[in-house]
Amino acid sequence: MTSAYLALPVSIPLFAAGLTLVAGRRPRLQQLISVCALAAVLLISIAILIYVDRNGPLAFSVGGWTAPLGIELVADRLSALMLVVSSAVTLCVLLYSLGQGVADANEQTPLSIYHPTYLILSAGVANAFLAGDLFNLFVGFEILLAASYVLLTLGGTRARIRAGTTYIVVGIVSSLLFLIAIAMVYAATGTLNMAQLAIRLDGVALPVAITLQVSLLVAFGIKAAIFPLSAWLPDSYPTAPAPVTAVFAGLLTKVGVYAILRVQTLLFPNGALDTVLLWAGLFTMVVGILGAVAQSDLKRLLSFTLVSHIGFIVFGIGLASEAALSGAIYYVIHHITVQTTLFLIAGLVERAVGTTSIPRLGGLAKLAPMLAILFLVAGLNLAGIPPLSGFLGKLGLMQAGVAADNPLAYVLVAGGAVTTLLTLFAIAKAWNGAFWQTPSDRVARSFGVSITDASGATVKIKRAPMATQTQHLPVGMVAPTAVLLCIGLALTIFAGPLFDYTARSSQDLIERTPYIESVFPQGVPR
Amino acid sequence: MSSNLALILTMAALFAAGVYLLLERSLTRVLVGILLISNGISVLFLVVSGPAAGPPIVGISPESEMSDPLPQAMVLTAIVITLGMTAFILALAYRSWQLNRHDEVQDDAEDRRIVRLAQQDQRSSSYEEPDENDTDDIDRSGSDFDRPASDTTRGDS
Repeated sequence: MTSAYLALPVSIPLFAAGLTLVAGRRPRLQQLISVCALAAVLLISIAILIYVDRNGPLAFSVGGWTAPLGIELVADRLSALMLVVSSAVTLCVLLYSLGQGVADANEQTPLSIYHPTYLILSAGVANAFLAGDLFNLFVGFEILLAASYVLLTLGGTRARIRAGTTYIVVGIVSSLLFLIAIAMVYAATGTLNMAQLAIRLDGVALPVAITLQVSLLVAFGIKAAIFPLSAWLPDSYPTAPAPVTAVFAGLLTKVGVYAILRVQTLLFPNGALDTVLLWAGLFTMVVGILGAVAQSDLKRLLSFTLVSHIGFIVFGIGLASEAALSGAIYYVIHHITVQTTLFLIAGLVERAVGTTSIPRLGGLAKLAPMLAILFLVAGLNLAGIPPLSGFLGKLGLMQAGVAADNPLAYVLVAGGAVTTLLTLFAIAKAWNGAFWQTPSDRVARSFGVSITDASGATVKIKRAPMATQTQHLPVGMVAPTAVLLCIGLALTIFAGPLFDYTARSSQDLIERTPYIESVFPQGVPR
Repeated sequence: MSSNLALILTMAALFAAGVYLLLERSLTRVLVGILLISNGISVLFLVVSGPAAGPPIVGISPESEMSDPLPQAMVLTAIVITLGMTAFILALAYRSWQLNRHDEVQDDAEDRRIVRLAQQDQRSSSYEEPDENDTDDIDRSGSDFDRPASDTTRGDS
């Protein structure tokens, strides 16, 4: 396998985006191109993962300019795993959006730009995961952010313009901060290649290094929605179309988390800011979940749990031990799949009833049992009920926290436990309001059943006729959701091999040499 | 290495004005703030690239007198990206003006509603009276079902 394959996960979606733009008037052709492109990316990512796991990290100099000068794409075990999971999730969400008919007939989503933008988003995500220098990472961020701005404001309705304004201004400010950080890193070291930076930053005076680290972490922290910098997320995500919210929730914040993980392990392994990260993780967990408990809209509730559970990952990164990083990587994978699934389910609820406001829902468990099963399993997975993957991820992190054996780590373990309980509470609250209870008028109307008979007395509610159910919940939407749910369950079934893999990748991260040597096989130029 | 003081002062002035404008509510002013800051960053890259020297082209200036080409390439990329973002924000501000006749950043309505609920110390919508828990809600008398569904206290009487 030549390293040139590394360029494909970025270039295929970009090329396909151009094709879909040309094919703008032929929806069928557009759909075919997007599905083929993302399926190809998934297959290539799996091939890269297998190769990298066997033979160590792979590096590719784009355009033939060699390492410190040119654009470098690097895939180590961590990037390869992120790439596989992200391309699987983007493919599932694309199929879901096809099932929903987002791309046709819906006046709120313009026909021709959904597919190209979505493909560009996936190219940006892949580029960010593979970037081997800080500036290319910045470009990857910009590609995915620009695409996300368009997707979030699709159709330009009043609510989306309002939410989009906040999102876009915050996004641009974080990009500007990142750019300032890049300029300062270049001023201090004279390079932006991450492998070379890893060596050169060792020689930089500590105060300067900490300044650089803080500015990078603030820029990534906004993207990853870490506590003091997270208020924008629940404000802006819920108004977008369901598939868009799902893919944002799954991937965009995780790109920020990935960048933090990379920077903390490769560039600043001295752990100068670990305590700060641990505190940030604690507040992210607790403040986020308290926000979730207060919400009465399903999508907003999920957005707050999204923010909250990023705290778990930050907890793992802050501990910085091998076991903690391994747990954090597993948790990222779990979090991507489970949050995307939950947002897709919220989309199904919205499709069936027309709202996700919990007080306006009710009785869905009887009327649409399939939907209820999907939500229950995914919700319990998020809350960390054994033996689901949420439990395994939290267990791994908490074991690492106890092993670290310092007071702050114990505080975080306790904070994590409280967060888990409150997550269960929030999910139970949503379940109780939306799936139990008497069906509200609105739910009853959309499923074509009446709750009262002619004399005004309540009638016993039966399951809605199968025909009504499939009309409201098309197979094309339920199937991708179920597939994603099964991927989530597979994380439990294959937890053993997966934890071995994450342990190997965290070993690589701590050693640093495999990454550096893959970029500079002949030794790092000074 | 000595740095050009004029460049640093320019950069500081651009940053200061930009941050001030970013804190405004009108999207057009925010846009001008973003433009000023990104120009400030371009100047920062100029400072970073060291003292001015000959053009970095082989054969025109000797290698020791070349200026560093990498920051210039980065500035070019950053300028292009800012251009795209500017176009998008302008479109956004125009759309906002079309819809609302202003381009101000608005509050989140749902957020305000939750805050109001909290201030009134209203119980949550999924809260039920204890004595209602033991009856099967489906067989309950239907007297309160014709209440508007938007009522946030649905489910308890």
